[in-house]
Amino acid sequence: MIPLSWYLLLSAALFALGIVGFLIRRNLITIFMSIELMLNGVNLSFVTFAHQWHLVKGQIFVFFVMVVAAAEAAVGLAIIISIFRARATLAVDRIDLMKL
Amino acid sequence: MHLILFIMFAGLCLAGALNLLLQKHPINSALSLVVVMTSLAVLYLLLGAEFLAAAQIIVYAGAIMVLFTFVIMLLNAGREERTRGSVSAVALGFPAVAAILAVIATVILKAQDLGSASLSDGITSTEELSRVLFHELLLPFEVTSVLILIAILGAVALARRGNGEEAGK
Amino acid sequence: MTILQFVLFSLLKVLVVTVVLLTAVAYTVLLERKVVGRIQNRWGPSRVGPFGLLQPLVDGVKLFLKEDLVPASVYRPLFLLAPVLALGCALVSIAVVPFGNPAVAPEGFHLFQISDVNIGLLVVLGVTSIGVYGIALAGWSSNNKYSLLGSLRSSAQLISYELALGLSLVGVVLRAGSLNLRVIVESQAGHGILSWNIFGGFQIVAFFIYLTAAYAETNRAPFDLPEAESELTAGYHTEYSSMKFATFFMAEYANMITVSCVASLLFLGGWTSPFGSLLPPPHNIILSALLPIFWFVVKVFFFLFLYIWVRGTLPRFRYDQLMNFGWRYLMPIAILNIVGTSLWLALKH
Repeated sequence: MIPLSWYLLLSAALFALGIVGFLIRRNLITIFMSIELMLNGVNLSFVTFAHQWHLVKGQIFVFFVMVVAAAEAAVGLAIIISIFRARATLAVDRIDLMKL
Repeated sequence: MHLILFIMFAGLCLAGALNLLLQKHPINSALSLVVVMTSLAVLYLLLGAEFLAAAQIIVYAGAIMVLFTFVIMLLNAGREERTRGSVSAVALGFPAVAAILAVIATVILKAQDLGSASLSDGITSTEELSRVLFHELLLPFEVTSVLILIAILGAVALARRGNGEEAGK
Repeated sequence: MTILQFVLFSLLKVLVVTVVLLTAVAYTVLLERKVVGRIQNRWGPSRVGPFGLLQPLVDGVKLFLKEDLVPASVYRPLFLLAPVLALGCALVSIAVVPFGNPAVAPEGFHLFQISDVNIGLLVVLGVTSIGVYGIALAGWSSNNKYSLLGSLRSSAQLISYELALGLSLVGVVLRAGSLNLRVIVESQAGHGILSWNIFGGFQIVAFFIYLTAAYAETNRAPFDLPEAESELTAGYHTEYSSMKFATFFMAEYANMITVSCVASLLFLGGWTSPFGSLLPPPHNIILSALLPIFWFVVKVFFFLFLYIWVRGTLPRFRYDQLMNFGWRYLMPIAILNIVGTSLWLALKH
């Protein structure tokens, strides 16, 4: 027997770690992976609530999140590839053409 | 039993997530993310979501993360350069993260009768899941397929070489 | 069954299955060398033991005693992790394969299957998709252009053909109404060979799509581009030697066996007899337990033989041909097969 709050706390921790990664990492691909980590954290809480309410819809939300994440990964990585082609770097600090 | 499994895989999950942040090489980070996703799949299984556990492995660990490693290999991305980083992101970000985490944690811990999970709880069968998905949520499902199509087109358009002499990957 | 009994019983099953699988791997290698030898009009290994039957043993000893070389420029952690990952994934998916008729075993004991999972088919697909990492990391961490090219080719190939592979299985799942491998086999048990999915289920198109995609998934000829020796030295395992090379080798053959098991479960009725009720069921309890295993092994052997036959006969595809074939032909046909099967099932009800 495990209280469901443990699962929720784990999901919150994963989400927070994702944000931290997004803030401190300077590599485009790693930043993108931190976003995936956040999505995964949220997915865990969806599944937990689906279990709590005995509703299937919570799980279907996760299903949709996965689909969107797949689409996002395809487009995002394509963007990363074209950025790399144009600037030969993946460091976000060097991709600052639009910065004041 | 449930407790042992939960502690094992939750620990693995957190360790993977921390490792993702600490590793300097993107491919190590990608592999730690794979560890996180695989152990999350086990946690889904513990919560009775068996189809999602399989989908998590196939879609996340097997497709999305392979794509990441593929791109890392293709671009031959090396170690991350040491830079100063963004001061404002750190200065504003960390307090914000701490605040969010604190709020969420208090809400979760304060909440009454969240219930508990055990191994004897029922498993959501794939049939049940698909019944809801294809009856009540058919339209959103179809719309996501359009989304995927657009994403494919976008990815191909972005990744092909600019002057068009050599199309596609 | 208490938890302790359950764990002990499972461990025993895992041990038996792993030993049998690894032996099967060793003898599949011998079978391949023998059959390819005969196809090329020579004898194949024949010196060690009667008919060369001890050859796998000697090969194993040789590989074990070779110098274990780790080149200086490799990325060490991943270089060591990759073969383990490849072999691990190849061995895990056998856990959900049912070998024999579960009706023989006492209630609650899955005697002929390590674990009876509701989503067995998805487990097999998932584990296969994780297996890509073994090859991808091996190539990348070797820090060698041939390895990198080989592993890039292979990851692209595996991702592309996994789609066709997954889609080809949908027809079978639709017909059985379940993802459980045991239920899928039982859905074909009615009239022997006539109710097998390949004939009675009209899944013959799916069968050939599955077979083609599976050959590509296991990096076997005619799709063995990742290790095309004429262009890439040895592909992703160029830098590996001794037992680490042997691990990749074993992983490839273990994957072949898994694919053959899944193919016979899904399309050829698994452990069911091809004669259906024409032959009276044996009254002897031992015989009725062993006969299904015999049929299963025969079917798996047939697929392994087919693998080797194809390897001995067909030339290798070119890379662009491979990609074209996967995306432009296999995928659309697999989708059409799904549409056709669902229409047929909808009209039947």
